[in-house]
Amino acid sequence: MSASAISSSARGAGLWRSLFGSRLNFALTVIFALLLAAILPIIVQWSIIDAAFFPAIPQTCETAAGACWSFIIAKHSQILFGIYPYDERWRPLIVCLLLLGLLIHSVRPTAWRPSLAAWWLVALTACWVLLGGGMFGLVEVTSDKWGGLPVTLILTVVAIGFGFPSGVLLALARRSDLPVIRLLATMFIEITRALPLLSILFIASIMLPLLVPEAFLPDKFWRALIALVLFASAYMAEVVRGGLQALPRGQYEAADALGLSYWQSRRLIILPQAVALVIPALTNTVIVMIKNTSLVLVVGLFDLISSGKAALADPEWRSPAVEVYLFITAIYFVLCFGFSRFADSLERRSKGSVR
Amino acid sequence: MTSDTAQASALPHPDFASPAIVMRGVGKNYGNFQALRGVDLEVARGERIVICGPSGSGKSTLIRCINHLEQHDAGQIIVNDMEVGSELKQLQAIRAQVGMVFQSFNLFPHLSILENCILGPTWVRKLPRAEAEAKAMALLERVKIPDQANKRPGQLSGGQQQRVAIARALCMEPSVMLFDEPTSALDPEMVKEVLDVMLELASDGMTMLVVTHEMGFARQAADRVIFMDQGQILESAPPEQFFANPEHERTRTFLSQILH
Repeated sequence: MSASAISSSARGAGLWRSLFGSRLNFALTVIFALLLAAILPIIVQWSIIDAAFFPAIPQTCETAAGACWSFIIAKHSQILFGIYPYDERWRPLIVCLLLLGLLIHSVRPTAWRPSLAAWWLVALTACWVLLGGGMFGLVEVTSDKWGGLPVTLILTVVAIGFGFPSGVLLALARRSDLPVIRLLATMFIEITRALPLLSILFIASIMLPLLVPEAFLPDKFWRALIALVLFASAYMAEVVRGGLQALPRGQYEAADALGLSYWQSRRLIILPQAVALVIPALTNTVIVMIKNTSLVLVVGLFDLISSGKAALADPEWRSPAVEVYLFITAIYFVLCFGFSRFADSLERRSKGSVR
Repeated sequence: MTSDTAQASALPHPDFASPAIVMRGVGKNYGNFQALRGVDLEVARGERIVICGPSGSGKSTLIRCINHLEQHDAGQIIVNDMEVGSELKQLQAIRAQVGMVFQSFNLFPHLSILENCILGPTWVRKLPRAEAEAKAMALLERVKIPDQANKRPGQLSGGQQQRVAIARALCMEPSVMLFDEPTSALDPEMVKEVLDVMLELASDGMTMLVVTHEMGFARQAADRVIFMDQGQILESAPPEQFFANPEHERTRTFLSQILH
């Protein structure tokens, strides 16, 4: 018998044991089977059999007893792109495709070259130009009209993409031998962590303009972006610091003893191991940050959730809120679950490399 | 192997007439505890010194001060005519010339054996990768584990890991090798394979400072055995004299304890 056949039959036996192996397992299996049998038909009935799909007009939904997917079909562009001018919606569409495509590309280890960072900078600049316009013959669209998925994606990518490296630097600074640097890093981290993200966003978008003339400030979108980056960096710094401290002192000493400089030792020896140690905690922080981006709605930016809400305001439809939020939930789920799988693969890759 | 030594001696080392290491009045405190109190030591080029003493006597601290893993707070340490201090460039130059082998191996677990060995040469000595790899393979051959080059440290036994650690240090073509209890963390059956490598190194004329309780190694390889107690060098003598006729009562007691 081949090794894979043995392991698959062993897995089958293991599954059987965990389902029916003991009285408790048997009882739990039966109870959950009954629950599923009770709920599943209702879900299928509501979401598929009785659901309204085409034509995507309000009347289709009024006659249907189930989910009103017609609304999503009719309004998907407004939910995804918010109040972005209708004729220009190809621009946020390209932005989304560009960011998602690059995200998927970046997941593969073969893509991890220094050029990848350059590609990201190019892509983010391109997103900025595409969304904002005002050059290359594109109609100008100010950031208060941006909305939906591109906003969520840009906020997420920038908050994490810039927050992580700054977090790493902050973590190193907090463990620095230089007292001034250590003090500054500690102060920044502690203050940022002590404030709710909401209040940081309020400070950035409402209080700052009271203190400094608006003309000297970057626009609201930038300010929220910077606030998110700072917030993310403070949290990630503490996670990375945990990894730095968990690393045996011998690793630092061996790197020093070879004559490696501080930055060589951090880059080649310390950080690869320290970060690998804290992947689960980093994943947690990243997923929280993905969802935190939705808080920008309080300062008047339209992320995915607020543009979904705005779409619901159309009086011609009977406001199928559940369907819209399910749709948005699915998008968030794909983003978060996708990242979690990615982190899982990273962790498996680094297994065996960390004692 | 002879080619290795030829290559090593071709390196632009400072003045060969001057001692490899000079320590003058070196002191080190941990809070109120005096780990080192005014240690004077001169190590000639090619000299092999074994340092022993009870635990807490300062022997590890002493050799860790030489490459500044511990910062001495009094006195002066001079390695290859350069003073050990906080000046970064000079410190890195000293560390590049001083190899160190630790009790707990301290290989880099996320890198392969070969990558462990070529890291210093490529990043510190700026050697081309191919050259560094050839050199590393020659040294792995010498410590008798060339076939493990692509494994990770975690896949090797303790004895093998320590031999890799020695090869890693030698890849930097150091003029001095420091050994901080290199066999203390090993299973007994693996001690010999590491000592054999060290004996071979000693017979090649490497300047060595070895903190160890392996008195057999001291008898065979050392030019001088140093006994430390309470942060001071109590006794320093060639092995024959040291073992046959120790001057101090404390040395005698210590020897009787570890020689059974």
